[in-house]
Amino acid sequence: MTNKEHSPIILYGARFLSPYIMLFGFYVIFHGHYSPGGGFQGGTLLAASLLLVRIASGTEISSLQFKEYLATPYAALGVLIYFGTGLVALLYGGYFLDYEQLPIPGLEAADLRYWGILIIELGIGITVMTVLVLIYDNMVKGEDYA
Amino acid sequence: MIITFTTVLLYAASDLPLRGNPDNQMNQRESITGTEVPGNYYIREAYHDAHTPNIVTVILGDYRSVDTLGEQIVIFSAGLICFLLLRKRGQNDDE
Repeated sequence: MTNKEHSPIILYGARFLSPYIMLFGFYVIFHGHYSPGGGFQGGTLLAASLLLVRIASGTEISSLQFKEYLATPYAALGVLIYFGTGLVALLYGGYFLDYEQLPIPGLEAADLRYWGILIIELGIGITVMTVLVLIYDNMVKGEDYA
Repeated sequence: MIITFTTVLLYAASDLPLRGNPDNQMNQRESITGTEVPGNYYIREAYHDAHTPNIVTVILGDYRSVDTLGEQIVIFSAGLICFLLLRKRGQNDDE
């Protein structure tokens, strides 16, 4: 870009919209049990809210929101949440990803499945969000737009 | 060419069974080969198994969870490949 000056209108507009998109993303993840939605869709919305600030403000300001080098560890963390849920169920005497065997006290089998699905959807959401941010960051690396 | 293709598609679509007809093959309890269709079990038992009203979530997250784990790993490896291909290389590696 030749014009290096920031436009405050775009920046404030993005800052205004970003939390609402993020809230809707969390709603889509956590409400996936009752309505269409889930980890993939909600993670994409979370990534949209992060990318909006990134496009509008450039690297310096957006790194206050989500640091660039954190993307890869968080993506791995999402996969580990999913895989670890399955592995814990396996170690506690069930099949792989058999949520009935999760060691959460005070819940019957069906409710354990309910919470197990929620945990893995969170893992999917984290991975999808950070992978999309990671791809964007690597594509624009070196040239600071906006 | 587009008109020809559209005609072919419309001709093929005109032969499809009506949506929602209980006599359709996809709504039967048994498939053509005589085995039981899993969709029946999902629709009848999904709420009792997981206390989750959304059947699609139960299928994706519980019955077919290994498949979903594979999808997540595909996305993760796609991100890693982008990271490895697109990251800024050091001065020595530039050719």
